[in-house]
Amino acid sequence: MAAVHGDTHGHEHDDHHPSGIMRWVTTTNHKDIGTMYLWFSFTMFLVGGFLAMGIRAELYQPGIQILEPELFNQFTTLHGLIMVFGAIMPAFVGFANWQVPLMIGAPDMAFARMNNWSFWLLPVAATLLIGSFFVPGGAAAGGWTFYPPLSTQGGLGVDMMIFSVHILGASSIMGSINIITTILNMRAPGMTLMKMPMFVWTWLITAYLLVLVMPVLAGVVTMLLTDRHFGTSFFNAAGGGDPVLFQHIFWFFGHPEVYIMILPAFGIVSEIIPTFSRKPLFGYSSMVYATASIAILSCVVWAHHMFTAGMPAVGQLFFMYATMLIAVPTAVKVFNWTATMWRGSMTFETPMLFSVGFIFLFVIGGFSGVICAIVPIDIQVQDTYYVIAHFHYVLVSGALFALFAGAYYWIPKWTGRMYNETLGKWHFWLSMFFFNLTFFVQHFLGLAGMPRRVPDYNLQFADFNMISSLGAFGFGLTQLLFLYIMINCIRSGEKAPQLPWEGAKTLEWTHLPTPAPYHSFEKPPVVN
Amino acid sequence: MVTSKSKANVLMLKKLLIFTLVMFVFGYALVPFYEKFCEVTGINNLLQADVRVKDNWVDEERWITVQFDANTRGLPWQFKPLQTSARIHPGEPVNVMYEITNDSDREINGQAIPSYSPRFLDKHLKKFECFCFTKQVLKPNETRQMPVQFVIEPNLPADIDTVTISYTFFELPGS
Repeated sequence: MAAVHGDTHGHEHDDHHPSGIMRWVTTTNHKDIGTMYLWFSFTMFLVGGFLAMGIRAELYQPGIQILEPELFNQFTTLHGLIMVFGAIMPAFVGFANWQVPLMIGAPDMAFARMNNWSFWLLPVAATLLIGSFFVPGGAAAGGWTFYPPLSTQGGLGVDMMIFSVHILGASSIMGSINIITTILNMRAPGMTLMKMPMFVWTWLITAYLLVLVMPVLAGVVTMLLTDRHFGTSFFNAAGGGDPVLFQHIFWFFGHPEVYIMILPAFGIVSEIIPTFSRKPLFGYSSMVYATASIAILSCVVWAHHMFTAGMPAVGQLFFMYATMLIAVPTAVKVFNWTATMWRGSMTFETPMLFSVGFIFLFVIGGFSGVICAIVPIDIQVQDTYYVIAHFHYVLVSGALFALFAGAYYWIPKWTGRMYNETLGKWHFWLSMFFFNLTFFVQHFLGLAGMPRRVPDYNLQFADFNMISSLGAFGFGLTQLLFLYIMINCIRSGEKAPQLPWEGAKTLEWTHLPTPAPYHSFEKPPVVN
Repeated sequence: MVTSKSKANVLMLKKLLIFTLVMFVFGYALVPFYEKFCEVTGINNLLQADVRVKDNWVDEERWITVQFDANTRGLPWQFKPLQTSARIHPGEPVNVMYEITNDSDREINGQAIPSYSPRFLDKHLKKFECFCFTKQVLKPNETRQMPVQFVIEPNLPADIDTVTISYTFFELPGS
């Protein structure tokens, strides 16, 4: 416990930092910045959720009731952008900020000031995105993938979106450079790469993916901007450009992006399942290799988003087989999680419930992904609700459920207080029920041919849409329960024991007091 | 110890920033790469003439109606085909004239982009000469007649008896 002593000593430095709002504006502490990332992403989650409620309210019945079609399109576009870039991605960066230094025994992130900057870019970008609703012409309405020609035609809202994506991209790149450097250079003595916790591994690979593809996204939105205002013709057929080129470059970013949003989720779940099964993670090294394989494969499958955009059959076959190949390393991971639970002494606290729910529902999303990868089927379901159902199964019950699991798992370490277990379980079961109510029926809607991004629909789709909307309202309300549980925990939760989960084996549980002191591991721990 | 560590960090930062910059340039490099790829594989050869085949078989039993359509988008030109349609045999060479007039008092560069109906017509259409292969520069109030020479191959699916060839002129930047 020598390390603990060192840290309590470090705790005395607390008096030196500014108080009040300036503490948060000027902070370079990874824990403060992680906290800000998490609150920011939850706020964005509520904003994106509000837009989703608007979409589902309009789709509750056929006909136009609440949102005019133009506004509906803005809602779907901004819902996607805000959830992807504002909620899911910053939430994982928040977890990385809190957990990576704690799990590898580093005192802080490698570049503490850059860390502060990469966070404070986010509110600026979010203001631009949300503010675009209130400019003439409204927000971008061409879908979150902003394909031209719609995105080369829109008004000021599109420009605001482009700048916002630029800023978010810069923030992500700085964040990932920080994470890579921290993981590679600042591990405690004895913490070899193959001893790192899975969460750290998945984030290392994710951060590499981010620096690989985020600059490409920055490039493609810059091309869009110059096409709009400076007379270039990258995507303008009249000037010799090609709108299909945009789709290729966008998805060269966009497909790795979906793995950027799921790999850290794999990492969180890979920490929680062993803890609550009271067994070490089954097949650790195969997990590392599977994560790396997924990351590499994710760079050569982008055109499966474009099977109907016009492509030679050879291209369709290549992208179909490459996409289906990703199912192999993903299945290795699912197998390993299941094998970790096999004959474990399992208990089902809220983090474990969300993790097991994650595996169950993510596998459904994975299978519908394999179905979408098959070219003839994809040509049928392209741009239908089947695709919506597929990617919400991997992004909501995948990424988001893992985020909830991680929040419940680490909140005792962060705050020194326990959340209300009964309410946590309620949160899980209500989320589980309403999530499936919302999205399972969308498979049927898609197979029956209901197109996405349309505010009105044929009468034959009415029943399933009503069910889906009711589910969505339930799911939305349930997330307010999460907010309540977290605030309740932080303000008046029971004091957490030193080791709330006796199966937890990573450094932050074994080498630090609970709650983690403001300055931790100033003297690096020794890992055997 | 501390300084060597922060030096290593700064070195890492520099490497990763260079990598980021390289990937940004790579995004732009995809543009010429894509064009070259489409050209080499023949996926998107809007601006290239097809090669004439000597002993072309003409299906004299079959008649196809070819409709000609002409549009302008955002430039002050009049653009029309001299005939609106033609009855032809598949395999037979066809020559059609189009006329453009610049109604404005400035010189304008325009580029015509073809569009076909049905969409798969491009697989069965061989074009030997077209005003759409190059940009057209029209002086103020100039009028020009331009030919299109093409063959619709006899392997066009049997259920198709009418096809449409459409051109739209767009203004090029810098005119």
